[in-house]
Amino acid sequence: MQKIYPNAEAALEGLLRDGMTIAAGGFGLCGIPERLIDAIQASGVKDLTIASNNAGIDNEGLGKLLRTRQVKKMISSYVGENKEFERQFLAGELEVEFCPQGTLAERMRAGGAGIPGFYTKTGVGTQVAEGKEVKSFDGEDYILERGIRADLSVIKGWKADESGNLMFRKTARNFNLPAATCGKMCVAEVEEIVPVGSLDPDCIHLPSIYVNRLILGAPYDKKIEFKTVRERETA
Amino acid sequence: MMATQVETRGWTREQMAQRAAKELRDGFYVNLGIGIPTLVANYVPKAMTVTLQSENGMLGIGPFPYEDEVDPDLINAGKQTISELPQSSYFDSAQSFAMIRGGHVDLAVLGGMEVSQDGDLANWMVPGKMIKGMGGAMDLVAGVQKIIVVMEHVSKNGDPKFIPECTLPLTGKNVVDMIITDLAVFQREEHGHPFKLIELAPGVTRDEVREKTTARYVE
Repeated sequence: MQKIYPNAEAALEGLLRDGMTIAAGGFGLCGIPERLIDAIQASGVKDLTIASNNAGIDNEGLGKLLRTRQVKKMISSYVGENKEFERQFLAGELEVEFCPQGTLAERMRAGGAGIPGFYTKTGVGTQVAEGKEVKSFDGEDYILERGIRADLSVIKGWKADESGNLMFRKTARNFNLPAATCGKMCVAEVEEIVPVGSLDPDCIHLPSIYVNRLILGAPYDKKIEFKTVRERETA
Repeated sequence: MMATQVETRGWTREQMAQRAAKELRDGFYVNLGIGIPTLVANYVPKAMTVTLQSENGMLGIGPFPYEDEVDPDLINAGKQTISELPQSSYFDSAQSFAMIRGGHVDLAVLGGMEVSQDGDLANWMVPGKMIKGMGGAMDLVAGVQKIIVVMEHVSKNGDPKFIPECTLPLTGKNVVDMIITDLAVFQREEHGHPFKLIELAPGVTRDEVREKTTARYVE
């Protein structure tokens, strides 16, 4: 079973269709599957429902798919920093389901773990609770949230071995892990692919069972949304 | 110099953050929101161990990096570049919010647009104007042990922000424990109790606070 594909286009072959649901990893522009997003854009697939914490910025990340009108609906917690998104949303061209960040992460985790729904306190008494079942446990109210089961997951990792065992780097792990687990198929892009046996089995973040297809996405030119630095103290 | 004639009255943004920092305790795990709450990190007492949580998946946020240490894979929840500490750890978003929703985080300091007398918070949306999303705010107010809201006492138009009932869409219902404004500090011991005015900023009178507050509170 060969999981490694020569490029993003090849890795997505046979997996894309109009109207499908895609779960994408990343937080802001940190740890986004940019090669796969580019290939999804190039494929022209449309009417997508995308579950992703953010929607990229105007010309980066999922913002690219918004610009080409390939997205019908976003399930996200925060979509600031994206003017095209705002324009399409206010014009009624784009459907948005605002989902609290922790609820979104848990919905992906639950979906990937075969849990169709769970109760949470997050959002009780707010717009988020509208139309959802409320249940009281030990005198406190909780709302029912549904697990997300996507047709496809696209994620970005740091290092993978040839079998698909994967490691992330620093805060680029974020939604990549829960997103990977909730897709019927998961395609991962990484910065480095190493031979089986080179990663410490105790240090695998995402076991290979969750990774169906793998590409080497390097070299990357990683983007920073807000660069903040401090001055070196002069001796 | 004009500056010498400026009346010192009320707290500046920095002083509000400094006041919020007084609520820190040794060993606390804390989540700081964007804006004034972020400044609280600058006032952690030296003798105290306080671990900052970033909801995008990190415990132990370090200071902004030096220019040559900037790493695109290392950002805070405000998407700013940061650095790590020897005791830092990384995890995924589901794990991050499990610790938030599971009540493991001791304190969150957040910004606010409106707080009601019953402790409701609105800070994520202005219908027709600001539609960015709630991010992790709803999870934080639902799960973190203690919630402090730091905000200006009145809006840019001079309207009170501590009010009988929120007019904006809620972030959480009955969730706020303490409010720190540029004029005063309000606290309630338990959810269900009324807020109490416990402190005035320098030069601020009880009358002024009363005049600029429509919420019911005890003095």
